[in-house]
Amino acid sequence: MTKQIRQLDRVVIRFAGDSGDGMQLTGDRFTSETAQLGNDISTLPNFPAEIRAPAGTLPGVSSFQVHFADYDILTPGDAPNVLVAMNPAALKANLADLPRGADIIVNTDEFTKRNLAKVGYQTSPLDDDSLAGYVVHPVALTSMTVGALAAHQVSKKDAERSKNMFALGLLSWMYSRPYESTLRFLERKFAARPELVAANVAAFKAGWNFGETTEDFAVRYEVKPAKMKPGTYRNITGNAALSLGLVAAGVRSGLPVFLGAYPITPASDILHELSKHKRFGVLTVQAEDEIAAVGAALGASYGGSLGVTTTSGPGVALKSETISLAVALELPLVIVDVQRAGPSTGMPTKTEQADLNMALYGRHGEAPVAVIAPRSPSDCFFAALEAARIALTYRTPVILLSDNYVANGSEPWLLPDVESLPDLRVEFATKPNGEDGTTFLPYLRDPETLARPWAIPGTAGLEHRIGGLEKADKTGDISYDPANHDFMVRTRAARIETIPVPDIEVEDPDGDARVLVLGWGSTYGPIGAACRGVRQRGLSIAQAHLRHLAPMPANLGEVLRSYDKVVIPEMNLGQLAHVIRARYLVDAISYNQVRGLPFTAAELETTLEEVLKNV
Amino acid sequence: MSEPVAVKLTAKDFKSDQEVRWCPGCGDYAILAAIQQFMPELNIPRERTVFVSGIGCSSRFPYYMNTYGMHSIHGRAPAIATGLSVSRPDLSVWVVTGDGDALSIGGNHLIHALRRNVNLKILLFNNRIYGLTKGQYSPTSEVGKITKSTPAGSADAPFNPLSLALGAEASFVGRTIDSDRKHLQSVLRAAAEHEGSAFVEIYQNCNIFNDGAFDQLKDPSTRDDYLIRLEHGQPITFGADGQFCVVHPPGGFGLEVRDTSSVRPEEIVVHDATVTDPAYAFALSRLPGLDLRNTPIGVFRSVDRPSYDSVVQAQLAAAKATVTETPEQQLAGLLGSGDTWTII
Repeated sequence: MTKQIRQLDRVVIRFAGDSGDGMQLTGDRFTSETAQLGNDISTLPNFPAEIRAPAGTLPGVSSFQVHFADYDILTPGDAPNVLVAMNPAALKANLADLPRGADIIVNTDEFTKRNLAKVGYQTSPLDDDSLAGYVVHPVALTSMTVGALAAHQVSKKDAERSKNMFALGLLSWMYSRPYESTLRFLERKFAARPELVAANVAAFKAGWNFGETTEDFAVRYEVKPAKMKPGTYRNITGNAALSLGLVAAGVRSGLPVFLGAYPITPASDILHELSKHKRFGVLTVQAEDEIAAVGAALGASYGGSLGVTTTSGPGVALKSETISLAVALELPLVIVDVQRAGPSTGMPTKTEQADLNMALYGRHGEAPVAVIAPRSPSDCFFAALEAARIALTYRTPVILLSDNYVANGSEPWLLPDVESLPDLRVEFATKPNGEDGTTFLPYLRDPETLARPWAIPGTAGLEHRIGGLEKADKTGDISYDPANHDFMVRTRAARIETIPVPDIEVEDPDGDARVLVLGWGSTYGPIGAACRGVRQRGLSIAQAHLRHLAPMPANLGEVLRSYDKVVIPEMNLGQLAHVIRARYLVDAISYNQVRGLPFTAAELETTLEEVLKNV
Repeated sequence: MSEPVAVKLTAKDFKSDQEVRWCPGCGDYAILAAIQQFMPELNIPRERTVFVSGIGCSSRFPYYMNTYGMHSIHGRAPAIATGLSVSRPDLSVWVVTGDGDALSIGGNHLIHALRRNVNLKILLFNNRIYGLTKGQYSPTSEVGKITKSTPAGSADAPFNPLSLALGAEASFVGRTIDSDRKHLQSVLRAAAEHEGSAFVEIYQNCNIFNDGAFDQLKDPSTRDDYLIRLEHGQPITFGADGQFCVVHPPGGFGLEVRDTSSVRPEEIVVHDATVTDPAYAFALSRLPGLDLRNTPIGVFRSVDRPSYDSVVQAQLAAAKATVTETPEQQLAGLLGSGDTWTII
């Protein structure tokens, strides 16, 4: 039959199934195909912390949302146009997010009495009116996959497990995706078991051909490539970009990168990635605990490496004492906090921005550190380089606040030219710096950076002792002198406060906005999309986004005061707003959500319009 | 980093310009002097030597050594030293710690450093008391110890530091005493020569809060009958007249002390620190009674096992050996790996 082809400018698809159904992989593959086609993309994986929650239950549902368009997009999309529901639990857990008229592709094989009962369906939603507002496509995904693989030398279990590839084939057909990269991927993934390569490829093709032949899918869609800057792109997650940024920091500084880490969700992928890059001289130690991880990193920094530790909120809490030691020792140290919903174990696979207070203040004594936050998955690369730059130049701990949303989300990344990356070379101290020409003063500062010399063990003539006890200015000897302590505390504060950081930029295309939205970290996309929406309605609004949270840009106060109202949306209860109010005496409006999910652009848009009405 | 040069150093070269601030009469003075005197014979340049410590009286040690040094935070010295040692295999890294620092707040780091066999020389000054916080019982204090925090006597059973180290897979375990400079230096010498973690417990007197804790091992009238001086390859006999010996009783699991006159000479255990099975050294570590009778000193165990540092550095070297490009070229290749697409 001839299929109608319809052009769309954007689509949001959500793949949802049991945590064992391979939905993350399916979403990843669809994303990769979409990237190959040249659409702009943004993704949002959403999965439970349990590796295999009880099959068929609501807590076991895992989903992957991909938003792709023929123009530049900022978020993974608020509401899916298409839901692929591999079982009743996936349907029930996601239905509320679907707008009326959305397509739902359901795997009818899983809609058994038992599976329906598990999630509290009295009758099958496929048989009653409850889905009347949607376009439902019932597909016997499992049995058709098994049927397609009848001639293959695979077990029934392996055949059933290939159903995600059937679904991927069908969706790839529906949206006219190029699938060569998926076939190559399957060959790599199952290289050791050729029969599984054949089975998965056959399942994929069966899904594609099903779309081609069945009358249920009368329309096929196309989303043309987006106009993007020329260059070579890859699709990248925040954690991968952050890892590459750390490798790049090693290359550009000429120093070995040392990662001390303890496994924790959602930061472990950085440890996995960096452990693969030994040929760059990257040394990784999986420590016995979070404290040892940061301790080892600090020990390596003392020895002349770029010491890094990666973790999430609970790990930062444990590292706090060692970070304070690093403040006292004035050594470079990068602490990556991939934030997750807290307190305590909280919701380990869900996102939140609630560690800002901890990053800024969570230490004993006056222990200031630099804090920066990436705004998007690919920005994690540049944020890692910036964290390394500050740590190395100013000999200070730097906390990099990523979060689960940017860490696991992905977007196309225009690959940078290596030579254009910042030069991070540092000079170790090599000779005495005292006026007499023979004395070494470990706390004699560079007048410009206020950094002390980095004299690493092995350097003859510079033997010296450092420690957590208060040190006398210049000599570094133990000192209990009141005036010296006051001086050192103020100097450590000034060291951070005077680090030059770029001015904050304001995006106000109309030029007459009276309301400014200020954000930080991963909310950049949703805030940006909301501002676009507001402007499309003919209203003016300005957006500014903080990358440096400590120190803050020098022009921030002036920017804030030039607007009638400042709105600060955060995935916490107003931590940045609190700082802004205290520092700049600006009566900022705090808008907060802590649902473990990123803001949707629509809800932010509504909030901003409310504010605009009252200006 | 310069190559080691054959400069003859003396004890004086290892003294820093800092005033030593331990209490007068503290056992730490004797240990410091013994180590400063011993360091030159290692022929390691001062700049290649690093002392890392935690918190406590003993942890002030690095300030007094004219080498590189870091006085860090409570219990974490083995972790910090691990990062330094594994990333800088050219250094000689020493950890100075105490019974509270190593066995209480830092217990986890200690056992994992030993398990990994990190190339660290760990000196545990054991005075069986918290000194710097003014006299609370420690994890090596005897049961029933009356201290400021345990007026009715402590209820917890102590660790045996050597048994703990052996249980943590330590490849080198020794014990010595602050007041016996010659013995202390002999054990440190063996520790310094060992590749991997070397754990040395040093009995140290706190004359302020736990004075005389090890007197039976020091008093000329008792020490010969209390101390077992382990010598590799020698039958284990002790006592002023060699009247006691160590045997492996048939049917038993451990070692026992007997009158030498009551056993045949071939029944006396010949000390072998290189026995692979840690059960032997463990049995030695269990000989002392609560009254310190039958306390072995010397090297209990010294076995060959690849150090963590050497394994990690070998992996790095193997990976780097495959590299033919400049770091920048490598990086460009890494950034552009995986599925990419080009927009013209």
